Amino acid sequence: MTAVVSPAPIAASRGLDPRAISSIEAILIPVGALVASAILFSVFLLALGKSPLTFFSLVWTGGFGSAFSIQNSLQRAAPLILTGLAFAIPARIGLTLLGAEGALVLGGFSAAAVAIPLVTFGFPAFIGLPLMALAAMLAGGVWIGLAGWLRHYRGVNETISSLLLGYIAIAIMNFFVEGLLRDPASANKPSTMPMGDAYRVGSIPGTSVHWGLAAGLILAVVLYILMTRTTFGFAARMTGGNVRAAKAQGLPVGFLVVTCCAIAGACAGLAGFYEIAAIHGQANASLVAGYGFTGILVAFLARQNPLAIIPVAIMFGALDAAGGLVQRRMAMPDATVLVLQGIIFVVLLVSETFYGRIPFLQPRKTGDRT
Amino acid sequence: MSDSSLFIVLIAMVGGAIRVSTPFMFVALGECLTEKSGRINLGLEGNLVLGAMVAYAGSYTTGSPWLGVLFAGLSGLVLGAMHGYICKLPKVNDIAVGIAFMSFGTGLAFFFGKPYIQPTAPRLEAIPLGWWSSNPSIEQALQVNPLFLVGIALAVFMSWALANTRWGLIVRMTGDSAASARAMGVSIDLVRLLATAAGGFLSGIGGAFLSLYYPGSWNEGLSSGQGLMAVALVIFARWDPIRCVYAALLFGAAGAIGPSLQSVGISQGYYFFNAAPYILTLFIMIASARSKSAAREAPGELSIVK
Amino acid sequence: MISSSLSRRSLLKAGAAGLAASALPFGLARAQTPIVLGAVYVGPRDDFGWNQAHAVAMDILKQVPGVTVVEEENVPETDAVSKSMESMINLDGANLVLATSFGYYKPFVIESAKKYPAVQFRHAAPLWNKDTDPANAGSYFCYLNQAHYVDGVAAGLSTKTNKIGFVAAKPIPSVLSNVNSVLLGAKSVNPNATVQVIFTGEWSLPVREAEAANALIDAGCDVITCHVDGPKVVVETAEARGVMTCGHNASQAPLAPKGFITGAEYKWETIYKLYADALSKGEALPNFTVGGYHNDMIRNTAYGAGATPEAIKAADAAIEGLKAGKPIYVGPLKDNTGKVVIEGTKDNYDPELDGMSYLLEGVVGSTT
Repeated sequence: MTAVVSPAPIAASRGLDPRAISSIEAILIPVGALVASAILFSVFLLALGKSPLTFFSLVWTGGFGSAFSIQNSLQRAAPLILTGLAFAIPARIGLTLLGAEGALVLGGFSAAAVAIPLVTFGFPAFIGLPLMALAAMLAGGVWIGLAGWLRHYRGVNETISSLLLGYIAIAIMNFFVEGLLRDPASANKPSTMPMGDAYRVGSIPGTSVHWGLAAGLILAVVLYILMTRTTFGFAARMTGGNVRAAKAQGLPVGFLVVTCCAIAGACAGLAGFYEIAAIHGQANASLVAGYGFTGILVAFLARQNPLAIIPVAIMFGALDAAGGLVQRRMAMPDATVLVLQGIIFVVLLVSETFYGRIPFLQPRKTGDRT
Repeated sequence: MSDSSLFIVLIAMVGGAIRVSTPFMFVALGECLTEKSGRINLGLEGNLVLGAMVAYAGSYTTGSPWLGVLFAGLSGLVLGAMHGYICKLPKVNDIAVGIAFMSFGTGLAFFFGKPYIQPTAPRLEAIPLGWWSSNPSIEQALQVNPLFLVGIALAVFMSWALANTRWGLIVRMTGDSAASARAMGVSIDLVRLLATAAGGFLSGIGGAFLSLYYPGSWNEGLSSGQGLMAVALVIFARWDPIRCVYAALLFGAAGAIGPSLQSVGISQGYYFFNAAPYILTLFIMIASARSKSAAREAPGELSIVK
Repeated sequence: MISSSLSRRSLLKAGAAGLAASALPFGLARAQTPIVLGAVYVGPRDDFGWNQAHAVAMDILKQVPGVTVVEEENVPETDAVSKSMESMINLDGANLVLATSFGYYKPFVIESAKKYPAVQFRHAAPLWNKDTDPANAGSYFCYLNQAHYVDGVAAGLSTKTNKIGFVAAKPIPSVLSNVNSVLLGAKSVNPNATVQVIFTGEWSLPVREAEAANALIDAGCDVITCHVDGPKVVVETAEARGVMTCGHNASQAPLAPKGFITGAEYKWETIYKLYADALSKGEALPNFTVGGYHNDMIRNTAYGAGATPEAIKAADAAIEGLKAGKPIYVGPLKDNTGKVVIEGTKDNYDPELDGMSYLLEGVVGSTT
């Protein structure tokens, strides 16, 4: 405790204003944490008799080393940006939601279900695809919004209800995909009717990365502005800080909670839409790929900041992309990358403690830590 | 459904409750203790999976399943202590660290568990409590693993100890109001560290049950999120060890509904029957959450219910 | 092991060279052209089941001079598989890709084959269509239901309750075909035999698989078999309950020393040897390779302690019959709702059977 409190004049005498200090910290600390994780993981590798040098050069080759690798990383990052946002937005209002996986699955399934009549009756794709996206966002939004509603109006803990709703969403998808909406031709991989090539969202021109990445980037910026530059965002963050105070101020807490949850669900649902429209072309059990759960980690490492989610998601994408190469070249199990990810998470979270406590950056602290 | 079918399903649910509930019970009790001290560890799924792997590896290497259980507990203890230590650093979010540990523990388990997928390790034996019955399915349903009984005894003990001992008081006070605990001269960080480590230990044992008894095998799909669900069950059980046992039993029984209904020929909509534990839990939560007692029983310092 | 890692290292150096080589028309590849084979698995390589059956057979290819095998496991059926295959092609210079999970084919294998016309793709399910699918893609498959028919014969003579239990993942044609084949095999020797099926809904969910096995045993089944990715849990649970078992995908005989009867096993090595021979001679690979007992692509696990002499004799006879082309599906056959689903007699490789969506009369269970 005492180490934190230090006289303000030191920082001032070095000519560092608090804002500069916090930007230096925001770069220095995560980079330091990544270096520390790399060192820890190297020790792990050395203990197993593997070369850290080979490992990290493979991670570079597989994640960023060529045009192909970069696109591979970006494509894998695309759903993670959206599911990261789905965790981060409710977190700003003080809710811990584990439901992005379910919202993604339900969103993707709804998009594919809506596509069936659209394709059957020959609607052009420029009408059909937006309708599908809308259906996906609506389904996801309602699903997570429901968790928010239950929380505010019925007092049901949102962490557990969103987790349960996620499992139920997967059951709903499976029930329809293997029953009522099953395409008889899908044989051994029960799926809804294929939408055909016209109904596919293509790649961003000049790349092999689908448009879900662009959607994620745009939404991250939009939601950043919403949460930091608008009255809504201010009210939401205030509610997140102290519900009672927010209520006393006359803020519409119920509306804020449900809206934040609905936005989160819409983000995850949109991720589901791109899984359907850009990748699978139909809904099936492959929608359950764990992006929703990885998104939680992405959001935490980005400290719930929508903009920071972008680089964090890309880092995850790159590690994922490199994982296969490590498996093939170093004869190491696929879980190697899981171990590395685990170490990075833990170290990055530990590094949070250094904000405002780096000795040579002794900031304007006056002991007002809460 | 005929009477005999109903009987089969009911027996299966009793059996399912006994067979499937133990991992939920141990993780939930561990988490209950941790949360009572005012901290949440969402990462017990990692402890569970690592515990399952370590138990299997330990039993295979030493030939003694009970040593495997011990090793599993210790591996959980280490993860829990790490969680507890990291969370005492200022500005570190316990929920986030929990999720990080979930992936770290799982990663370690998968990484080191590869060589143990193939071999068959000695497993824990059951106590045949159904010896009195001539009905083989009742006999089978009452095959009880000692860990199940240990779990129930532990819940009773925890419930008593939290209410009636000095230690229990300290844990509860730390969880309800850090300020008053500090005023009493209690080291909050130490209490929470110990509570998290103990919670980790119990979760590791929950994992041992999975790999050494039921289903009794180690592979990467073994847990399917049971640790995460068990943590959620603590909130459902409103931080009461006895209710944690009820929740685990209910969850286990509900999980048996899907397969047993199919075994008596009712299989339409089996996806929903298989999702019965989740649907049932959600409905019970919605039905009971409005009561005022729910809010009162939550430890005041807990980040997730603030 | 050493030689394979050595060749992997030299491969690193020659990454670009490998890429250039893959641009050659495959059929013209000469013996000295390095063959880099990329194998993708959906689960762990040692799952006692589907993936293990492939991985064990892949070892045969590793022995072929000039062939390097690169492998990736736990690759989900999402765009992750496209990216894994592309990564093998772009970074390792793979010129033959074996995609071993059903859901890899559409759209991932098809799209990758279109994108990389110089690379050969082979996928483990009879899905390739010569009219619509790329010429550098192809299918290989073993009809395991024939071995399950033999399981059924042996089980039909071993069961005392006349009830055989089947733990199944999903009600899809390949699973239903195995369930129905077990029934027909059992009925061929024991008209009173029935099969009871429980669907778990997932390919790998150990706790529910154990629950399903227990529920079947509680319902009176005294032989248990299954079709899930890793049958270890089902076989071990049944053995612990003192009932008999038939295996699936790979040999589970060591897991059930008391009750194991026999099991249905793939012989992917027959196909992989065929590929390896073609590769080493520089010949083009066939686009469509399927088979069963008649061309040595499946087998039954050696009989265990659960099989009676009578069962062994009947099962051996059934194997001889299948080798000679004796049909399994002899119509007319009704499904378990009473509708006639097979009118006449079907050849064991009749494509119509690939779309099977019913459980035959005598199976307790429902596909919805």
